Amino acid sequence: MTVALTGITKTFGSVRANDGVDLVVGDGELLGVLGENGAGKSTLMKILSGFQPADSGRVSIDGHQISLASPADAVAAGIGMLHQDPLVFLPMTVLDNYVLANPAQGDRRRGRHELAAAAGRFGFGLDLDTPVRRLSIGERQQLEILRLISLGVRVLILDEPTTAISVTQRAVLFAALRTLATDGTGVVFVSHKLEEVEELCTRVVVMRAGRVVGERAVPCSHDELVELMFGRRVDPEQRPPSLVGETRVRLEAVSVTDPLVPLHPVDLEIGAGEVVGIAGLEGSGQRQLLRACAGLTPFASGRFTLDGTDLTALPYRDRLTLGIRFLTAARIEEGLVEGLTVTEHVALVDDSGGGFVDWDEAERRADNRIERFSIRGMAGSTAESLSGGNQQRLLFALLPDRLSMLLMEHPTRGLDLESARWVWATLLERRGDGTAILFSSSDLDELLIHADRIAVFYAGEVVDVVEARLIGADRLGRLIAGAGRAAG
Amino acid sequence: MPPAERTRLHRTALLVLPALAALGVGILLLLAAGVPPFEALWRLYEGAFGDGGDVANTLMAWVPLVLAAAGLCVTFAAGAWNIGIDGQITFGAISAAAAARLVPGSTAVVVPAVVLAGLAGGALWGLAAGVLRTHGGVNEIFGGLGLDFVARGLAIYLIIGPWQREGVASTGGTDLFRREAWLPTVGSTNLSILALVLAIAALAGTVVLLRGTRFGLELKAIGKGPASAILLGVDATRRMLWSFLICGGLAGVAGAVQAIGFHHKLVPAVSGGYGFLALLVVLLVGFRQAWIAPVALFFAAILSGSTQLQLRLDIDSSLGGVLQGVLVLLVLLARGWQLRRDRSTVAVVGSPTGEAV
Repeated sequence: MTVALTGITKTFGSVRANDGVDLVVGDGELLGVLGENGAGKSTLMKILSGFQPADSGRVSIDGHQISLASPADAVAAGIGMLHQDPLVFLPMTVLDNYVLANPAQGDRRRGRHELAAAAGRFGFGLDLDTPVRRLSIGERQQLEILRLISLGVRVLILDEPTTAISVTQRAVLFAALRTLATDGTGVVFVSHKLEEVEELCTRVVVMRAGRVVGERAVPCSHDELVELMFGRRVDPEQRPPSLVGETRVRLEAVSVTDPLVPLHPVDLEIGAGEVVGIAGLEGSGQRQLLRACAGLTPFASGRFTLDGTDLTALPYRDRLTLGIRFLTAARIEEGLVEGLTVTEHVALVDDSGGGFVDWDEAERRADNRIERFSIRGMAGSTAESLSGGNQQRLLFALLPDRLSMLLMEHPTRGLDLESARWVWATLLERRGDGTAILFSSSDLDELLIHADRIAVFYAGEVVDVVEARLIGADRLGRLIAGAGRAAG
Repeated sequence: MPPAERTRLHRTALLVLPALAALGVGILLLLAAGVPPFEALWRLYEGAFGDGGDVANTLMAWVPLVLAAAGLCVTFAAGAWNIGIDGQITFGAISAAAAARLVPGSTAVVVPAVVLAGLAGGALWGLAAGVLRTHGGVNEIFGGLGLDFVARGLAIYLIIGPWQREGVASTGGTDLFRREAWLPTVGSTNLSILALVLAIAALAGTVVLLRGTRFGLELKAIGKGPASAILLGVDATRRMLWSFLICGGLAGVAGAVQAIGFHHKLVPAVSGGYGFLALLVVLLVGFRQAWIAPVALFFAAILSGSTQLQLRLDIDSSLGGVLQGVLVLLVLLARGWQLRRDRSTVAVVGSPTGEAV
């Protein structure tokens, strides 16, 4: 059967997660859906698997439009989704989970027979009598795949299935998916990992900023895919003059322990007024470094100094007093407080007063900042009622006037062009005060235009630190995709 | 109508309409039980406000309810459910009883000492629930319930053990405290002006604390977005502990008032269940702390009035509890329904009050 999504649009508040997306998957096809986090892949898959409705657009099977009001509807129509962390009954055995999810089958003896046969066919080494809580995520995925197949699923969606599984399990999974495709099942493999899509899929659709930006038959040019993922409208002549002063920040062989993406020792120096960009595929260790520099997670080893002072073990709040700030990409979850107004935010970061809050004064200040930072909103507007661009403006408005180091994740992700320009104008202004700026981005333009130097991360390592004005987008793209490591 | 005014009207309707509905359900229940409903309601009212003594009893039920509810507003603002508040009342009462037994001297000396002991004991018990949460990774709901059992167990142990009555060990309670340790009352009624003042001061103080101070603002930020609050520089752990300390302290004062103003001795069920009732009050008022006063009065009236039902109409006094429960359920239902309508397309994860935490 052929499943087609046509003109799918879905918005969350002011964010267009999907914007007129078309996608087709046919019998026995191994289709990759590639894109950075936030590109709109998961939203699209949730619509296809009945978890959430689209605002507009159609889903059709073999040309007939269908309505998917729930995941059960989707499964009945032959569309099943494997989640990053499958939903199962943890204390129950593999067999019980399987039988429970197949009401039509009922009988445990028959279930055991069927499940054992299916597991054997796909090369899954599942012990049917083990409680599921003792299984690894990879094994839970195997069980879930077998369950979905037994329910008659003809199109199987996998959303970032390799995030939490071992290399061996990945090989088993890929082999099983190939077998499934040979049997005629359509496989939709959602990932931000380029090499996995190239290894497994026969066709790849690339998404960026809620849209499908390209489609290629695999194998195809690696660099072409990187360019599609990250976008490229580069005009390097826009680069502002550099203002790099003496070294302020020194990272000496700092590393971070992390169960998924451990950060291997990194050496990096940032000068006063210097802007250093961090490039890399999502989840290559950028976040780990930024959080550790902010003081939210500890460094496992190495030394972190600011103006010669060792801050390696200094807690987050003490780093705040030294003028270090971290603005995350999750502006509401980790930035502004949902439900608090602009005035309340202003009062919260203002520690000049005593124990009492002078609300009139706080409101005056809020009005003042609203004007100075061109925030479209009122002093009484709650954080979540502001658009993404205005949330970012408010976060900037809450920063103290003088900073020693500013850490940012995706400074302009999800912002309209005007807000994005404003963000960079504001950031570059801070260079004049000697602020050292370290930011991560998945936008090649942003990195090439605004950074003085770019540290390229790959699999938890810095593979290269390059001068932004000397490196072309092509070479940067290759480094991001892992060429730096292959070369040595 | 301007939106702000409409919202206010709307919020009031969300409280008033379910109250009327609860009254309707109550009437149906009374009819089903074969009791003339309006007479029963009249008796309920009369029982609560009929004469000076009744009013005094109602107010003395209002005092611990307001103290505990004011305290719960503080932890609630920080996004914590201090379910263990009954235990904090109990431990406050135990500490108060210890002071009443040990501190010599006149009323002017003993009563303040007893109240302070209650404050300290409750604060300690609250802090314990807070530490379990912030440092032990124990959810305050389970930690609080556990500490509640410990406090109740301790009360029973003291009553039948070290503090047992002369000659008999009975779970009926300890010996009465000496008169100097009793809360002074107005005339022959049970009304204590001091208790009333404490309750009003606690409520007013809580409103000022939550609305007018940095501490209150920081608690609100922690309650609504802990990760963001921490990033913005709020010392979330310390603020959370303080909120438990304050809540426990006010609950402890309620325990002291129960011990020296009502029972005049330590009894096993010294908390009187006011902690759980206060949770219902806070569920109803949400973040509108000033509403605690009338809502708690309503609850206190049902509580003291329903004893009259039993005496006069032979209706079990638990009917009052049923009415309270129905009211809370209907208000929550109205709020949940409202929330669903507002955000029908977005999955909502909120606190049980329907306010996002």
